[in-house]
Amino acid sequence: MAAANVLVCVKRVPDSTEEVVLSEDAQSVDGRASGFTMSAHEECAVELAVQLAAGGGEAAVMTLGDADAVEQLRNALAVGCTAATHVVAPESYRFGPVDVSREIAAVVRAHEEEGRTHDLLLLGNDAADSGDFQVGIRLAYELGRPVVNGANTLTLEDGDDGPVVVAVGEGPDGQETYRVPLPAVVTIREGGVEPRYPSVPGRLKAKKVAIEERQPLSEPTGPGRVRLVLPPPTPSAVQILGEGPEAAPAVVDVLEKLGVLTK
Amino acid sequence: MADVPASAKCVVIGAGIVGNSLVHHLAKLGWTDIVQIDQGPLPNPGGSTGHASNFIFLTDHSREITDLTLDSVVQYKELGVFTECGGFEVARTEERMEELRRRMSSAKAWGIEAELVSPEFVKEKVPFIEEDQIIGAFWQPGVGVVDSLRAGTIMRDGAVAAGALTTVPNVEVLGLDVEDAPGGPRIRKVRTDRGDIEAEYVVIACGVWSPKIGDMAGVSIPLTPAVHQMISVGPCPQLAGGTGEINFPIVRDMDTFCYERQHGADMEVGSYAHRAILMEPEDIPTIEQSKLSPTELPFTEEDFDPQLEQAFELMPELLGAEGAEIRYAINGLLSLTSDGSPILGESHVKGLWTAAAVWIKEGPGVGRAVAEWMTHGYSEIDVAHSDIARFHPHMLRREHTRLRTTESFIKTYGIVHPSEQYESDRPQRKSPMYDQQEKLGAVFFETAGWERPFWYESNAGLVDKYGDAVMPREHEWDSRWWSPIINAEHLAMRENAGVIDLSAFQILDIEGPGALDTVQRTCVAQCDVAVGKVIYTPVLDAKGGFLSDLTVMRLGDDHFRVVTGGAHGMADRHTFTSQLPEDGRTTLTDRTDEISTIGLWGPKARDILSSLTSDDVSGEGFGMLSCREISVNGITVLASRISYVGELGWELYVAMGDAAALWDALLSAGSDQGAVPVGIGVYGTTGRIEKGYRAYGAELDAERSIVEAGMQRPKVKAADFVGREAYLAQREAEPKTILCTMTVDDHTSKSGQKRYMLGGEPILTRDGGTLTDGHGHHPYVTSAGSAPSLGKHVLLAYLPVDQATIGNELAVSYMEELYPVTVGSVDATSLFDPANERMR
Repeated sequence: MAAANVLVCVKRVPDSTEEVVLSEDAQSVDGRASGFTMSAHEECAVELAVQLAAGGGEAAVMTLGDADAVEQLRNALAVGCTAATHVVAPESYRFGPVDVSREIAAVVRAHEEEGRTHDLLLLGNDAADSGDFQVGIRLAYELGRPVVNGANTLTLEDGDDGPVVVAVGEGPDGQETYRVPLPAVVTIREGGVEPRYPSVPGRLKAKKVAIEERQPLSEPTGPGRVRLVLPPPTPSAVQILGEGPEAAPAVVDVLEKLGVLTK
Repeated sequence: MADVPASAKCVVIGAGIVGNSLVHHLAKLGWTDIVQIDQGPLPNPGGSTGHASNFIFLTDHSREITDLTLDSVVQYKELGVFTECGGFEVARTEERMEELRRRMSSAKAWGIEAELVSPEFVKEKVPFIEEDQIIGAFWQPGVGVVDSLRAGTIMRDGAVAAGALTTVPNVEVLGLDVEDAPGGPRIRKVRTDRGDIEAEYVVIACGVWSPKIGDMAGVSIPLTPAVHQMISVGPCPQLAGGTGEINFPIVRDMDTFCYERQHGADMEVGSYAHRAILMEPEDIPTIEQSKLSPTELPFTEEDFDPQLEQAFELMPELLGAEGAEIRYAINGLLSLTSDGSPILGESHVKGLWTAAAVWIKEGPGVGRAVAEWMTHGYSEIDVAHSDIARFHPHMLRREHTRLRTTESFIKTYGIVHPSEQYESDRPQRKSPMYDQQEKLGAVFFETAGWERPFWYESNAGLVDKYGDAVMPREHEWDSRWWSPIINAEHLAMRENAGVIDLSAFQILDIEGPGALDTVQRTCVAQCDVAVGKVIYTPVLDAKGGFLSDLTVMRLGDDHFRVVTGGAHGMADRHTFTSQLPEDGRTTLTDRTDEISTIGLWGPKARDILSSLTSDDVSGEGFGMLSCREISVNGITVLASRISYVGELGWELYVAMGDAAALWDALLSAGSDQGAVPVGIGVYGTTGRIEKGYRAYGAELDAERSIVEAGMQRPKVKAADFVGREAYLAQREAEPKTILCTMTVDDHTSKSGQKRYMLGGEPILTRDGGTLTDGHGHHPYVTSAGSAPSLGKHVLLAYLPVDQATIGNELAVSYMEELYPVTVGSVDATSLFDPANERMR
């Protein structure tokens, strides 16, 4: 099989920094200094989607997020995706895994009704901010499709009963290989492919793509967020034992504790 | 963890290019016991130096900035971190070509090798450029790139090796302790998270963080952190294979406000086209909160996208090359100020210095200048336009900086007319006559925040009256921010009289037992004169360069009033304040906001004034250069018989509350005599230039001497004053250059249109040859303007001594065409009324 129609699901998350700063309402991370990105898993998923769609398929991208999340869609378009869907959800942090999988499924079904099929749905293995590990499985269940979690490379093959995706990932006991008939859902872990940076023509092309905007199917359900709380600061690894000769007994104590010295 | 030393002679806060250059030069000048601290690690503490594009274009229209840049290039070369690559400023439009011709003028004036070249010339050196997109370029072969971090390390290491410097990274400044000393506040201590440092001198050289640190001592450092977007695209096969960092000239795409600069196999595209994205210094993230560094903020694509398209237009093959990716993209922070100049010098807190809002291209030059200033009280390169003392209170507001930089950011690569006015944050200071002036159709220009009428539309009828004598200008550029009404007002003043609002004067009263000593020490002229005398005087620095020129009135034995221009008024205030005795018994009071000034000049001035007063204003009763209180229409005014426009008349100092009534009285009493309101266009340019009067900031600056300016008097007073020794030596030596007045003989350009120079143009031999004075400088026009009473356009310029002869025929280059000029005066003798008969 030459190419597939792939839909990658991405999420706008704050980029990582040494110190995390919360917004004033403690409902989100203040990303002004860190900037926003999609997770490394999702960047690899986008790269795989572009590769698998090459030669006749379509690499589409979607997100559920606030208005600003369009930036992540444009970034995916800039590296080779050719269509994008934005489920515009203000206060998108209120959408949990149940809600997000429902909304993705709704987009997939709506596209099918319009005659667009997504043979393969790719997601990041887990979200970089909330780390739920659930959306892929819930989405597959919702759509009645097979799912593979944590793959890092994908290839397409013609199987006996139609096209098959071969998903390879690292399992607890070694490399795991799954052959799954399409349509299917796969969640991606980083490490199998090197995501590309956008090119200038890619970026210019991305600007011109009309992004499909949709409203969420319904209000979020299930548990909601009260607020984010920062963990206590990591204690400094440096402990000053004292200065000058007076520090000697403390040093001896430490060395004894470490077992390198016996009094 | 090492703590900071408990005391130091000098603490330099900041280890970017400025701080590093500064410690290097302080050490070279013999300073020891310097401590340099930075909140970040070395060698890249995370400020603007760390992400700078590090390229240096040489020519700026400002002589000060260009000289700092040229000095920096010399220093970077000595440090072995400069790579010459050449640079183009390319034009896509005819308007830009005209600006590039103007750039040629500046290049010739400042002695920089440059030429205007064709698109084919550019293509030969930059093969990947789409030459169809451009119509020409300004080529400077001396443009280059530097390694500013390496330069900083070498300079710092040198100072450490000399035993002069201790540098401690990762130190956060928590506070600056200021003590109240008899002579005013003085810096005492820098408090940090690693201990306190007692210090005699502290220099704030921490770029975008400087305002935050300044605030700790109550010192406003009015700069704002602002975003400059930059991306890096690569690897580009066209750039690969070369050796080193750069093999192709840098291209500034002036009309789209962006540049393309090679960096190895990558091409950096930097933009000044996006909206002004400003930040408060307090909002800059910490190192821990940052993804890259505190001054490399997340890239905002949508701001850059239009620029990307334009860059792609110019270099599609390169930026669209197979495999070339946008590998790095930042919103980089740099410093902007409300007037575009750096912020240097000692603050009002003694011992607390600033060196901020400096770019890579000026860094080492600024380091040297500030170090010299701290050591000697002056620097070789005059940095007066960058003096922190220049700011008036309204300019110290953060909002002012925010509004002005928002307005000017887009002009970074813009075509800015020399007289261009800001629109934002106005009006700030209105004279009491503002409402009347508005009704008269005043066109207001801004000086020191004051709204000053430049001319009055109500005088438009005079243009018809005087006809061609108003010297109309045909070309849009020459007549932008100008009106023939100025020249008509000039002629009306010379014929009858003019009333001029001079409220922008900075007025400083010095009173107390040390008042005479203070003005005597500060001023060149004899100030120990009878009460009621007016003195015009230069003010010098210790090396005999001009700090100012101003007038002083002796109002009492222990009371002197200093009157100076608003633009430079705050710096003059600093100069006089620093000469006050430390006992606190002699005071300087700034009375600018209490006292308005109205000028009345012209052959009918005496008639008009005497019609409003019973006091004696006759020639015998009220002589030149004298002042006294009189009653004008029932209003008490201090009248001073002095003139900057070469006519009989007075400056009338009046309480702000009475000024509007005085204004009305003068105009109404003068209306029968043909008196009109006259704007600053006459006062500042036409009136003064006909009289050959020098202006500080144009003819006079710290690199010029009284002798060179042709302003020496027969005697030098016995009393000591700053610069006396140097001045005496200057009088003995042969001058290396002489200020001359020239007139333009023919204004006709090749197109047949008449052109009028605006200032800054190079003076050449009649056939276009270069002239060089004894300093190695090339002559350029310091002031240009109409002399309507002479029917000539007048230019002032410092000429080589052998060219300073009356009747000498030379040329001025304007927009790359030569116009013949003739020297009319080689000293302060004016072309108009040389015997000053009209002032009697």
